[in-house]
Parts: sequence; C-alpha cells; structure tokens
Amino acid sequence: MNQSFFRSPLAGSITAALAVTLLGACASSTDEQARSTRVASTVPYASTYSAYPGQPTALVGATIFDGEGGRIDNGTVLFADGRIVGTVPAGLAIPAGYTRIDGTGKFVTPGVIDIHSHLGDYPTPSVDAHSDGNEATDPTTPEVWAEHSVWPQDPGFSRALANGGVTALQILPGSANLTGGRSVTLKNVPSRTVQGMKFPGAPYGMKMACGENPKRVYGGRGRAPSTRMGNFAVNRQMWLDAQEYADGDRKDRDLAKETLAGVLDGDILIHNHCYRADEMALVLDMAKEFGYKVTAFHHAVESYKIADLLREAGTCSAIWADWYGFKMEAYDGIPENAALVQNAGACVIIHSDDENGIQRLNQEAAKAQADGRRMGIDIPDEQVVSWFTLNAARAMGIADVTGSLRQGKMADLVLWNGNPLSVYSRPEKVWIDGAMMFDAMDPKRRPVSDFELGQPGEGDVK
Amino acid sequence: MKALNRLMIGAALAFSAPAMAQDFAITNATVATGDGSDPVQNATVVVRGGRIVAAGSGIAAPAGMQIVDGSGRWVTPGIVATVTDLGLWDVGAVQESNDIRSGNSPFSAALDVAPAINPSSQHVLVSRAAGITRAATVSRPSSSIFGGQGALIDLGADADAVTRPRAFQLVSLGEGGGRLSGGSRVSAHALFRNALLEARNFAQGGAAISGTASRPAERRTGDDLPVDPRLADNRTERGDDVLLSRFDAAALAPVVNGSQPLYVEVERAADIRAVLALREEFPRLDLVLVGASEGWLVADAIAAAGVPVIADGLDDLPERFEQLAATQSNIGRMVRAGVKVAINAASMEQPRYLPQYAGNLVALSRMPGAAGLNWGQAFAAITSVPAEISGMAGRYGTLTAGAAGDVVIWDGDPLEVTSAPVAVYIDGVPQPLENHQTRLRDRYRDLDESDLPKAYDW
Repeated sequence: MNQSFFRSPLAGSITAALAVTLLGACASSTDEQARSTRVASTVPYASTYSAYPGQPTALVGATIFDGEGGRIDNGTVLFADGRIVGTVPAGLAIPAGYTRIDGTGKFVTPGVIDIHSHLGDYPTPSVDAHSDGNEATDPTTPEVWAEHSVWPQDPGFSRALANGGVTALQILPGSANLTGGRSVTLKNVPSRTVQGMKFPGAPYGMKMACGENPKRVYGGRGRAPSTRMGNFAVNRQMWLDAQEYADGDRKDRDLAKETLAGVLDGDILIHNHCYRADEMALVLDMAKEFGYKVTAFHHAVESYKIADLLREAGTCSAIWADWYGFKMEAYDGIPENAALVQNAGACVIIHSDDENGIQRLNQEAAKAQADGRRMGIDIPDEQVVSWFTLNAARAMGIADVTGSLRQGKMADLVLWNGNPLSVYSRPEKVWIDGAMMFDAMDPKRRPVSDFELGQPGEGDVK
Repeated sequence: MKALNRLMIGAALAFSAPAMAQDFAITNATVATGDGSDPVQNATVVVRGGRIVAAGSGIAAPAGMQIVDGSGRWVTPGIVATVTDLGLWDVGAVQESNDIRSGNSPFSAALDVAPAINPSSQHVLVSRAAGITRAATVSRPSSSIFGGQGALIDLGADADAVTRPRAFQLVSLGEGGGRLSGGSRVSAHALFRNALLEARNFAQGGAAISGTASRPAERRTGDDLPVDPRLADNRTERGDDVLLSRFDAAALAPVVNGSQPLYVEVERAADIRAVLALREEFPRLDLVLVGASEGWLVADAIAAAGVPVIADGLDDLPERFEQLAATQSNIGRMVRAGVKVAINAASMEQPRYLPQYAGNLVALSRMPGAAGLNWGQAFAAITSVPAEISGMAGRYGTLTAGAAGDVVIWDGDPLEVTSAPVAVYIDGVPQPLENHQTRLRDRYRDLDESDLPKAYDW
C-alpha cells in the first residue's frame, strides 16, 4: 500500500514540513532568517481583496432559490455587513436600517460560479500577445500558476458579471499539457491587480488534461506524449517522482513538486479536462494508484456512460449543456448528460470554458434540465440552480463561505428579473460580499475595464 | 427499457422508407407565422401538396383532412439558418472529415460547396431535430479572401439536399481578409478590386473595351496624384498580370453583374463604410454584410444603402480590435434604424442555438438602455428574414400561403431554452428526429449490464 494513502494532510503540508525542518535543525540565525522567509513565502501572492461597502438590504417578495435545493416562493433575503443574514417568508417584519428592494415577480439566487474559465489568461482582445493560458513547452508544468497570467483588465470579467451574474470563478491553465499548472479562484470584482481579485482562503486547484490535446500538441513535435498510452506514462512517472519528493524531507524548493505534493496532501484540488468515459475511468484508477482524488472532470461529455463510477468516486462532472462534435472525443456528447449524471446520484456542475458561455450559465443549465425532463428525468428548478452555484463552490473548496444563501455566508447573490432558468431573464442586480457591483437600473454601476476607456462603446450596455 | 428501445427503432425504420408529403391540418395551436407578427393562439395551419395553404385563427380544417391536435403546442415555419457549414463536416477537429476549409486549393471564388454537401452528417440530423429546416452553407475563406459559392440546402432526410447551388459568394474583408490576402486590409481591398475588374473583363469576353471610368472622379485635394485609368475603369485587358484563374474569374462574373449576392464578412464600422462605398465603383453588387459587430455605429448608412445584415447575435466582447464596439444591443439598434437583420448562425457553437439567441434579444428589450427585439421580430430574424436575404422570400421561413410546407411543432415557446420540436416537416414530409445522440441517450438511459454488455442494447 502506498504511503501517501496514510499521509496526514497537516503533516504533509508544505508549511508544516518546513516548520518541522526549522524545529529539527540546529540552524544559525542567518539560516533561520532565510528559512523564515521561505516559510512566509509559502503563501505568496496572497489575496489583497477586501469587500466594498454595502448596505443592509432586504430583497422582499421574490422567489428564492437558495442554491442548496431549497425554494421559497414570495420570500425575503436579508444581508448585512457582507454576509447573508437569512431567508424568510415575505411578510415578516424587516429589521430597522435595511434598504428594502421590491422583488415581486423577481428571483434571487446565490451568485453564479463558473468552475472553468480562462478569463484573464486568454483575455480579449484575443491577440497573440494575450495568449497566456498554455505553457505549451513541456507536457507537465505543475510549476506554473494561472494567476501569474491573469490580466485583470480583461473586459470579459464585466460581461460575466453584468450578463451572467457571475460572482466567483476559477481560472484554469489550458489543456495543451497533461498537467497544466495551478488554477486560481477569483472574486469577480475588478481590481488593479490579480491579488485584489483572489478569493480569500480559496484552495488552489491543479489542471490536468487527458485525451487528444496533449498528445496532439507534443506528438506533433515528435516527443512524448504522442498517444493516449503516452499520456498515462508521462503522468505516472510525474506522480512517482512527486511521491518521492513528498515522502522526503521537502527541503529543496521545487515549484513543480510542491504543487504535486500539495495534491497528494489533499490541499490542492484536481480539475481534470477529460471527455471520454473510458479515459475518465483510467484516470480514476491513476488517482487511486498514487493516492489523490479527482475533484472534478471538466468537459466530461461522456460522464453519462460512467455515472455510477463517478458517484462512487465522489467526482463531479463540470460540463456544457450540449456542445457536440467539434472534436473526435466530443462525438458522443448528448444533451441529456447532466440529467443522467444527476439522476445517478453523481455531482453535476455547468461550466463555460468560454467568455461568451460564462454569460449564460443559467440558460445552459435550463437547457440541460429540459432535455432531462423530455426523457422522463424531472429535476426541480431549485436543484438545477445548484449546478451553477453550490456544486461549483463545493468542487472549488469554497462552499463553506459562498455558493448558497445560508446564514453567515458571503452575501454573493443575484436578483434576476425573472426565473433564471428562462431565456427571457437577466440579472438586474448583483452583489458580491454585500456590495452592489452591478445594477441594470444604474448606467454607472457597471465595471468598465481600462482597455475600454476612450474606445468605441465605452460604458455601453454590452 | 429494451422494449421501449425496440419501439423507437421501429419508428426510426418506418421513417427510413421513402417518405411522402402529407396533407394535414394542425389545429388549436399557438401559431407564429415568422413574418414578424406576434403569435396567435387557437390557430390552425393547413398543409397540402407540400405547401402551406393557410395559417392563422378562424381557419377551418378542410373536410376529410388528417388533423393533428396542436393543443398546448406551438407551430411555426422551420428555422432558416444562415450562414452555416452544415453538411460539410462530421468532426470539426478531424481534418479528414472536414470540408470547411480549402487552404491549399488553387481555387477560391470558384469553390462550390454543392457537390460536397452530405445530408447524412450528424450535424444536419441534430440541427433538423432542433427545428432547422433550411440553411445557407458555405466553405470558409482560406486560400484567398473568397470563400467560394454557398448553397441553400434543406435538412430533409433524403438525398436531395441542395435547393439552390451557387446561391451566393462569400468574401472576407477586415482583419480576416487582410490576413488571407497578404497581411493587411490594404492588400485585401486591392485583391478584391482586381478580382472584380478581372471578372468583369472576363465576362465581357476578355477583350479590351474602351469606356468611361466606372467610378466617380477622385476627390482632388490639389496635390494628389491622379489615379491611373487602369486602376479605375474597365480597361483590364487579360494580359500577363492576371491573378485570377479562369474558373475564379468566371465564378465572380455573376457577382459583378449583381445576379449573385455577395456576402461580405466585416466587423468594424470603418470597414462597413468601405464595403458600402464599393457600390460607387461596382454599382450592381448585391451586398449582404455578415458579422457587423459594429453595425450599430453605422446603422443609418447601412439602412440607407438597403444592404441587409446577417449579424452576430450576442457578441459583446472586443474579441478582435475590429469589434471594440460589440454589444448585444447591436441587432436591436440596427433594426430600429431600419436595417433588415438576420441572426448569424456562424456566431454560435451550433446553428441549433439560433432560437436561444433570438430569445436573448427579446430579453434585452426589457433591459434599461439596451435595444432588443420584440418576439415577432426576433423570430423573424431566424425564419423569414434569413429566407428573404437568401432570395427565398415567401418560400421559406414563413407560413404564408404557397410557402414550402416546412413546419415545426414545438412543445412550447420556440425561443425559450426549455422548448424543443416534437415534429418537423419539410415540404410537407414528416422528418425523423433520431440521430447518433438520441440513440446514445436511449442506450444509456440506465447502466444495467446484468444480462449483456451495453453493446447489445440497440
């Protein structure tokens, strides 16, 4: 049995390992100073985000989907000091000091969360100078961090907010590499720096990819991997090397190995781009072989063929509603994928992987719901809403603080002008940590990136 | 489960026999005719001999005619998708299966998709099941700024897909055309003008014809050089410097004389103005703009020129520098200015998203400061308007008397993302809605392999 099965998360963490080193060594003071610096640097590029001011607010008389499968018709949502205070039936007295917003005929959901975005690392305009999502110089690059590519001025963030109600999103490296590097989870709040967008306390993810992309990119250059078996060989050797590092004293800094050790420790979550069912099943076995967990398969157009395996593994499927046939491994995609996976008791997340799709995750979920209904799988609206809120938050490791309207969570929420599972509905207001970041009724309450200033369409409705 | 599958296979096989146009009347339905009007409730649609006889309220089904109960259903003309690549590919990234690009072809304008259309492509089948009955399909500009000649096709389950071959020519100007023509818009316009001049000359027998300049006198600023007459008029003897092959020149002849529409891919406002100005030089060009993300900035000029637009529906990002002013309100603003606008199927992942995009434009009409479309306008933008732009006014995309019997029965509002067709007719012929996806759905309805592997479940 592999040691890594028994490694305690605490003892194995990078910080703890370095701390043990400090305690165990008879170090000179300069050495200690150097090591202190190293300890401090285990949380580099830390989030500098803090919430913007908001007002205690009561959204009164709306239909509430709480993100956890709950629904309140004619309810009230209260939030204050950046936190959800509660959801109650309308008609109850609203505490003094709350701004009252009439939600009659409207809907409230948690903020939309996209688990798969490349905003910032493939920003618009999509010119070569902005192509920062794939470090396609080596098939395994666990050493790169997506946050070091994110351009906070990507106009796509504002569209995701205003049209999509997106309040948090995970930016992933691309899928050219078997192991693409660390992801970063952001609050969808404009900032001059990426640190100012980083979601406080969110764990890192690591992007992996199976199938056509890595073997095409590297096989085309006459190097491994050029086949699917090559994909696995390169990955397995990477994990073997990582285990050796993780099981050692971890003294020597190694950016790649530190990330991989973080995965083996359970601190960094695996997000694995994978389309085909048979390949996902092999990846699940690779995860068993080396003692890590696949948190979510992304794209996963064939999840419906192995929904039972995914349920048993506790692995989510982050999917489109109905993308189809654009590549060989997408030829068996079906619109009923989400419904079939949900029906089997496995976890469904609707993702975008697209700067346009991120503006309509609610509509994608509605399509997937309807396609299920037509084959006799009825999934209620309040459950479907979790596909683009709480389920995404869970797989990103932030469900304890966002993704639903539970008391005490961050006041990340959207007031829709109708049922978000209808094509005719749009976000009317969006709050992040209780601060109103978008208001369709106020032309100035929308972000405009530096890039757009002084250009045609500056500040337009978009 | 397996019994159910067999039933469905039976239905599929029944459809595989040569289907006949049916005479039928759909009653008690909500009917949208595609002409821009609002839907009408409790209405009837009558189809006979493969054509629409009547549609609307207060129409009685002819005695003895087969009646389809439309209670709770919506009935519309089939969706008309333009511009698409339907029938030209199986898998996008599988090059061998993909006839969309011809980057190494010696030909450009002469390319003609008609012989390559495969009516059995899964994308045709999937689109048909989504209610698309007609499409304009064309290959992408790749060896030149010219993409070649597009065809109008129907999506029927039969061998005769092509309704009108060589229905239009496609040219890419702007950034795309600049890249294909040698690196710049400047190059693209030179290549384009030369091609049209050569084609015009070729059409006239190749002889040198003296004549007056065909474009207005240059604006003179006093210190500029005069334009050489050979750059301006029709003295383009086919000599040693001919760039077009005979095939390409012949293919462009109907463009120059205006008998074949020219679809021009262009996004930026300045590029749109430059395209509209082409008619001063080539007055018979039958122009259609494709893309036009910044069309709203020049909407009045487009309207005044009477040039229709096949516009990207929801583009709102500066994907390229030529799209800085992109906004989802683009179509609404252009329509408000009097431009005829269809929603461009090429701007979405799959043509079957057309109703979703149209529905989004309706949603926009409720947003402060935004411009959208009302329901009738939005539905027309994916039915009658693309048909009109395709030269098929009154024939497709409408339920007016005499139009083709292309009818879709939906389980709800067709622009709502939760709705889908329950029946599709093309020329009055009921169409199969099965495809690779539906067969996979049926096989994996459950994961039970206790008797035999899934491979035996069909």
